[in-house]
Amino acid sequence: MAEITGIKEIIRPENLVYKRTKVMTDSILSYCPGCGHGTAHRILAEIIDEEGLQSETIGVSPVGCAVLMYNFLDIDCQEAAHGRAPAVATGIKRLLPDKFVFTYQGDGDLAAIGTAETIHTCNRGENILMIFINNGIYGMTGGQMAPTTIPGMRSSTSPYGRDVKIMGNPLKMTDIVATLPGTYYVTRQSVHTPANVRKTKKAMRKAVQYQKLNRGTCFIEIVSNCPSGWKMTPVESNKWMEENMFPYYPLGDLKIPAEESV
Amino acid sequence: MAKVKGSIVVNIEKCKGCEVCMVSCPTGTIAMAREVNSKGYNYAWPANPDLCIGCANCAIVCPDGVITVYKTKI
Repeated sequence: MAEITGIKEIIRPENLVYKRTKVMTDSILSYCPGCGHGTAHRILAEIIDEEGLQSETIGVSPVGCAVLMYNFLDIDCQEAAHGRAPAVATGIKRLLPDKFVFTYQGDGDLAAIGTAETIHTCNRGENILMIFINNGIYGMTGGQMAPTTIPGMRSSTSPYGRDVKIMGNPLKMTDIVATLPGTYYVTRQSVHTPANVRKTKKAMRKAVQYQKLNRGTCFIEIVSNCPSGWKMTPVESNKWMEENMFPYYPLGDLKIPAEESV
Repeated sequence: MAKVKGSIVVNIEKCKGCEVCMVSCPTGTIAMAREVNSKGYNYAWPANPDLCIGCANCAIVCPDGVITVYKTKI
């Protein structure tokens, strides 16, 4: 393994601060450089590792950029048809209620073709965790406009920017599911800075705890970048996301358990 | 006063050169190499290793998890 190191004397096992978790496999992630998917995968893997759930977890992978998730996470995974991950996860959780079940979906999967499954799963209050990566675009197929594309945002099918008069308004899926009685914990986070990564990890840890207590659907939206689809460098895309996506999709908890809000 | 010293190890072949770690580093330890790895990416490397404080910010934001961080007090 080719490596480059800093000061060699410090590199000893007892000084270790941070190491890639064992729940991630050694395969190289298929994501573009700087994509938030990789970070989201890693923090999810870290939570599974720290909670000791590696053998107790069943993930449902979506169709989209994260379709090969089962190659990167060393856990049991089921591939679902496009948009149907919540329905598959419902079946898994009902048959195996002791397992930790999560879905990992993008915005084209969860908010476009899978809208019905998403809303009904949340409305039924299925005891699963749904992770929603929102980058406002169909990343894998070449950057087409998605339901979550913000007004004025350029994509390959809206080259002059999204005109809401013709193309409709963006869908704030997280706000919608927060109004449903079945959801227990709904939050919107991001993974572009160290502080935001820590917050997202905290939110995921909470969601794991709530699932252990059978509280209902936990929904975590991660506002992410798509450097390739947005035609920017990773650092530029993170900046663009802060300036344009966050005013439309403000970060924070949308629904927190009643006992915690006191 | 005890001084905190850190050190990072970068897995060159897995690095995609996205520069997110470089921006997140509070001390300017990390820079992108002029050389490329086998995939053609300019990988991250500790250009100023003496400045590293082992805060692990680079490793936490790295999308590909290529950075390992060590820290000690001197």
